Amino acid sequence: MSEKFKVSSSPHVRAKDSTSRIMLYVIIALLPATLFGIYNFGFHALILILVTIASCMASEWIFEKIVHKKNTLPDLSAVVTGLLLALNLPAGLPWWEAVIGGVFSIVIVKMLFGGLGQNFMNPALGGRCFLLIAFAADMTNFASSKFEAYSGATPLGMIRNDGISSVKVMDMLTGRIPGTIGETSVIAILIGAIILILLGVITLRIPAAYIITFSVFMLIFGKERFDLTYLVAELCGGGLMLGAFFMATDYVTSPITPAGQIIYGICCGLLTGIFRCFGANAEGVSFAIILSNLLVPIIEKFTVPKAFGMVKEAKKNE
Amino acid sequence: MGSNTFKGGVHPYEGKELAKDSPIKEVLPKGELVFPLSQHIGAPATPIVAVGDTVLKGQKIAEAGGFVSSPIYSSVSGTVKKIEPRRVAVGDMVNSIVIESDDQFTEVEYTKTADVDALSKEEIIGKVKEAGVVGMGGAGFPTHVKLSPKEPDKIDYIIANCAECEPYLTADYRRMLEYPEELIGGMKIILKLFDNAKGVLGVEDNKPDCIAKLKELVKDEPRIEVCELKTKYPQGGERQLIYAVTGRAINSKMLPADAGCIVDNVETIIAVYNAVKNGIPVMKRIATITGDAVTNPSNFLYSMGTPYTQLVEAAGGFKTEPEKIISGGPMMGFAMFSLDIPTTKTTSSLLCLTKDAVSEVEPQACINCGRCVEACPENLIPCRLAQFGNTGRKAEFESWHGLECIECGSCSYACPSHRQVAQSVKTMKKLVLADKRKQKK
Repeated sequence: MSEKFKVSSSPHVRAKDSTSRIMLYVIIALLPATLFGIYNFGFHALILILVTIASCMASEWIFEKIVHKKNTLPDLSAVVTGLLLALNLPAGLPWWEAVIGGVFSIVIVKMLFGGLGQNFMNPALGGRCFLLIAFAADMTNFASSKFEAYSGATPLGMIRNDGISSVKVMDMLTGRIPGTIGETSVIAILIGAIILILLGVITLRIPAAYIITFSVFMLIFGKERFDLTYLVAELCGGGLMLGAFFMATDYVTSPITPAGQIIYGICCGLLTGIFRCFGANAEGVSFAIILSNLLVPIIEKFTVPKAFGMVKEAKKNE
Repeated sequence: MGSNTFKGGVHPYEGKELAKDSPIKEVLPKGELVFPLSQHIGAPATPIVAVGDTVLKGQKIAEAGGFVSSPIYSSVSGTVKKIEPRRVAVGDMVNSIVIESDDQFTEVEYTKTADVDALSKEEIIGKVKEAGVVGMGGAGFPTHVKLSPKEPDKIDYIIANCAECEPYLTADYRRMLEYPEELIGGMKIILKLFDNAKGVLGVEDNKPDCIAKLKELVKDEPRIEVCELKTKYPQGGERQLIYAVTGRAINSKMLPADAGCIVDNVETIIAVYNAVKNGIPVMKRIATITGDAVTNPSNFLYSMGTPYTQLVEAAGGFKTEPEKIISGGPMMGFAMFSLDIPTTKTTSSLLCLTKDAVSEVEPQACINCGRCVEACPENLIPCRLAQFGNTGRKAEFESWHGLECIECGSCSYACPSHRQVAQSVKTMKKLVLADKRKQKK
């Protein structure tokens, strides 16, 4: 043989897409919410975001060094986790608690289960829930001189205690309210969501199923039944929009089957509704999503789609 | 009726502009030609010549080895040098007849059919079988078997696969432009076998000139029509083509005939025409020699048995050193480590790429993104099937319908983590099917 050429199994061409490009798209889509968060909560929010991202990246790098694995920082997934976690923290959180959150997200939730693609729980939400339990007071302290009308409570908390008349729904849409860094502005989040959908990163299956189920649940079981203003406030409050478009849609921890995605969205919606209506907390999105994450393998098992040409065969056999 | 397209699929770079405008030229072979005895699905052919025999061009050198098999003809005149195993494009060693050409191309007399209409159905199928016609799109399934379904009256569609959905390939395109009468003539012959069928020429809409030409030619043919298909890979997949044309969906356990369809590739239908009308056996066909490494990308009428080396020479050789050479298209073709390999009945192209896009990138972890699910024309979950394949979970592979995979490669193409999804699924499919055959015995 004079010539030697490379051989491999077909196909021999590849699309231009890459994991890091998808992660970059997610980061770009999170920018409106991030920038608004910094504008809303000030310089400290920026520092907290940078610290959290750095903590996540450092944890991943050090962990991989220790266990002699390939450095996966270039896939940008650690940056996405760090940014998402930061957007779920109150701006006044001590920086070292954010660092611990980042370490927990990456090491415990992600790397110990095998790294990117293997974790069964959303790392950012896992980290947030850990912090919520470990540092409950700091994690629920939204006091800020900026929003005097809210005297330290989030709008959802105020609705819970004082009813719908105590909040301004318009403030909740624009985001001029207390809350975590990235969750307050529904408009900024929706701009990001549109970017995700237009770039083909996510489909509407999960967010739509989530939001519709949650809406129906709140209309029936909520504090103000069949009150649309109340519903809008519930939809805009807490991390619902951020959760529905950016966290529940996490590829790794959501079902891959199209029907499964809808069922999973419904689970998220139901759990969020239950936690908000009957739980001890006015929030509930984070716990609803990580609990739904646990259901993914079962959901997938029962939603394996029929292969092409099999539907008709089934009918024929009947 | 069909929707002219299918669900799933991908849009790879077409690359057809490279060879599209090069008219078909004949390449005469020289020196040693190799005729593998297994160029088709089914039993290998049995040699009927011995070492030292002189043969003529068009002389049968191997007889069909059963009903699902096909005879082989010499494409040159010369002497049989050896009968021995030789390497073929897919990588296997296959017993082959080696003939040294005398460069005279002395031909046997072919018996032409003066009046095709006078032939009976059995005579037509007999001529197709005798001429060694097989599915020339790549599968190599003996055409006479395809044309003999259990209930011929239930066939209502004869579909000519003129999609040519593989990127870079332009052989069928040139055939349709330069020999459309033979294509339609072949279709008319096949329609004689099926009284209740209509003929449909399914052409992708990236070939508007072919569509216009064929439409013009069939406007007075009541039983033949042209169906414009949306350009998308793998539109030329048998199941996808049937669905696009008729709206009927078949799975792996069904034959096209179960949906009242028979699908044949352009080149196959032209081979039927030559066999029945002119009595000429399968010896020559069109192949595209293309890719960014080739000096003059071309479409050649070549004699089967010619080594690829001679076709590359005829195309002006390489202008850059290729890193990868592929027999067939970039999506389903076979990468070869050498050019010293014979062409066969199913060789439709040689693609020479300066850069290999696969070895350039390293596979990363699957992120469950679902790009492969969107791309799969069979509505499967390829990344999960690949995972079952890599971990040997056969039961789950089957219950997630892994055996329905048509091996089109769209999943690997779409994967942002550059994983060899299709390779894992294909390998597992072979293992599961092998198990099933064992169980039957």
